[in-house]
Amino acid sequence: MAELTKKGIGGFIARHGILVAFVLFMVGFALANPRFIAIENISGVIRSSAIIGVMALGVTFVVIGGNLDLSVGSMMSFSTIVVLDLHDKLGPTLAIPAMFAMTLALGAFIGFLVGYLKLNSLIVTLGMLSAIHGLTLTYSGGKNMDIDDKQGTWFSIFGQGNVAGIPVPILMFALLAVVLTLLLSKTPFGRKVYAVGGNGTAATFSGIPRARVVFMTYMISAFCVATAGLIQASRSLGSQNTVGQGLELEVLAAVILGGASLLGGSGTVFKTVIGVLILGFIQNGLLLMGLAFYAQYVVTWVIIILAVWLDIAAKRGRLWSPIA
Amino acid sequence: MTDQTPALRLEGIVKTFPGVRALDGVSFTVMPGEVHALMGENGAGKSTLMKVLGGIYDPDEGQIFIAEQPAVMTSPIEAKAKGVVFIHQELSLADELSVAENIFLGELPRKSLGRVDWGKLYADTDAILKTLNVGFNAKTRVGDLSIANQQMVEIARALTVDPRAVIFDEPTASLTDAEKVVLFEVISDLQSRGVGVIYISHRMEEIFKITDRISVLRDGQYRGTLNTAETNEEEVTQLMIGRKLDLSRNEATHEMGEVALEVRNLSCGDLFHDVSFTVRRGEVLGFYGLVGAGRTEIAETLFGLRDPSAGQILLDGEEVRITSPQDAIRRGISLVPEDRKGQGLILGMNCRDNMTLPQVDDMTAGPFVSDGAEVAIFDQYRDKLDIRTPGWRQLVGNLSGGNQQKIVIGKWLSMHPEVLIVDEPTRGIDVGSKSEIHNLIRDLASQGYAVIVISSEMPEVLHVSDRIVAMFSGRVMREFTAEEVTEDSLIQAISGLTGSGAQVA
Repeated sequence: MAELTKKGIGGFIARHGILVAFVLFMVGFALANPRFIAIENISGVIRSSAIIGVMALGVTFVVIGGNLDLSVGSMMSFSTIVVLDLHDKLGPTLAIPAMFAMTLALGAFIGFLVGYLKLNSLIVTLGMLSAIHGLTLTYSGGKNMDIDDKQGTWFSIFGQGNVAGIPVPILMFALLAVVLTLLLSKTPFGRKVYAVGGNGTAATFSGIPRARVVFMTYMISAFCVATAGLIQASRSLGSQNTVGQGLELEVLAAVILGGASLLGGSGTVFKTVIGVLILGFIQNGLLLMGLAFYAQYVVTWVIIILAVWLDIAAKRGRLWSPIA
Repeated sequence: MTDQTPALRLEGIVKTFPGVRALDGVSFTVMPGEVHALMGENGAGKSTLMKVLGGIYDPDEGQIFIAEQPAVMTSPIEAKAKGVVFIHQELSLADELSVAENIFLGELPRKSLGRVDWGKLYADTDAILKTLNVGFNAKTRVGDLSIANQQMVEIARALTVDPRAVIFDEPTASLTDAEKVVLFEVISDLQSRGVGVIYISHRMEEIFKITDRISVLRDGQYRGTLNTAETNEEEVTQLMIGRKLDLSRNEATHEMGEVALEVRNLSCGDLFHDVSFTVRRGEVLGFYGLVGAGRTEIAETLFGLRDPSAGQILLDGEEVRITSPQDAIRRGISLVPEDRKGQGLILGMNCRDNMTLPQVDDMTAGPFVSDGAEVAIFDQYRDKLDIRTPGWRQLVGNLSGGNQQKIVIGKWLSMHPEVLIVDEPTRGIDVGSKSEIHNLIRDLASQGYAVIVISSEMPEVLHVSDRIVAMFSGRVMREFTAEEVTEDSLIQAISGLTGSGAQVA
């Protein structure tokens, strides 16, 4: 059990393990299949990562604030189904704000339970994962939801449009990333999120309204989920009830890969974006190498566990320790 | 004391730690059938001596004799086997197991194939419990017992060996008066069986009620043994404190201002009752008492963390209701909490961000936090408080205790509070930084702040305070001015004894 010094190769891997692994993967993929580094492929990966990416931005706030959000996948299904249904009933102009309001209401409910009632966020959001799934099925009557007139609506712009040659989902992901970076790193609110996640008791003793801050992180998360639901609905103009199923784990994986600590108090929006891209490119690379789609579930989890291990190793400065 | 062979004798025990001579030739004798009090201030060496006796520390010099036979203690188990048993302040019982299982934990009677002999276990346990005259039996789940009865289980555990000496360490800390009576009966029963009892407590009243002799330690040295019947509180206190402390007393060097904070008959559930005091601008009001006397809870109430159940709080003569820490801060009340790392600081955050945290909402240029304004505040208070750090980017967790405490103090000073409450200002801080913090507190008063200092260290309270409130068990026992206070009157007040002019609780 050698101590990892700053100069040792082990120490370097412990501190930058995720980037090292990413570079090795990229080089390997590029050698195995040159198509991997083609512009169209890269653009495609980013576009398909946008939905997970947008959700990961919101979950970053929740995690830095010291909590978890496992409900985002199921909540995203809800947003998608609701906006598709209201599209035909109210028209897109009203459907979108209505869907955002309903999704934010769910976020407010979770934020109330975790922030004000101080219930464990793992239990609350795991429960909400299931409860919102049931809500979605009740709302849709279990049927898939489709827009009637798929050709004649401008609603498809969020998922399929291009502005200045850049796909709109990428633009929305980028815009949201910039806004949320500013919010987290530059505003008093962002500082409070770090304080509450870093040491909630000390934050309270400094006059920070801890419950309100936690509540707001879940509102931000819900806003991001609604945005992801909008992109998803607009891209397909029809959807199953289970479209977001399992995405909460990929979202969490991206946030952890980016280096946010599950204990709260550390992480940045930029790092999460990196985490999203790493996850997207690795999955894409494996697919290009001919790995079966279903095997990706396994690989994703191997990557997450590796990331968590390296995160802990970096903190204690060694790869393995007999205590804690 | 019919038997003239001592149950236990310690001779010339020396124990040093790097830089400290914790025990300096301590000798101490306990006769069979005697209750012997061991007294001394915090840090006098009582715990170290007991750890030597219990086999946790090896003495550097000296010898332990049990019934005049030299004994070497290498572990608590060995100490118990030799008849020396400890009843600790913190109980170490498994709540989910029965009384019998707890008493014989690790040495359950066995039948063939390693099966537990439940019949023998319960019979043996009930036999011991019978001698203690308790109201529960061998099969009772320990978690269902009161604290006092759990303590009885600990005592029963001690009786599974035939003890020569039983050491009680602050046994009444969490007992009610009725429960104390039962405990004292058990101690007197041990006494009549010829067991030597060592009784460690700060509570004079109990000491004078149940002990035969009192031995006093001070600064790691044995200071003498008194016969309880022939002495009094003053004499014992004198022995504990010794020379007059040469710490310079605080002398008011500046004018006192108006009353900034007044508390009238404030109560909060079981935590404190009917507490009244005032603090003037330019004054340091000290709160002294044992841990659990309710001092921190008063501070937390003033800071909006607890709801008072009765009484009034007046700021500048106007009654206020403080509903949250935000509310307290807005009204100019600041709290430097007792647990610096747990409550005072966010260790993973840098020095500047910790210091400006309560006012981050006001440090903005447009929607964003202004780096310049924050750095200016940090620089100002770094210089003012002489905080030694490589720069504001340094994580607070990397600073020394003294510098961390200055960050917390700076955090509140930069808010220009009316009333500054400092709870245990120098806990865990080295001696040099201690006096810096003391001077700082005096300076703040001379600048016109109203300061409340809560401390468990008598020299500290005496050194910084203009007036001292002595608390015992949630009540204000007495208020002293710096001129009239003496160490022994203070000790008496916080031990629940009535000194001259004291209020009877």
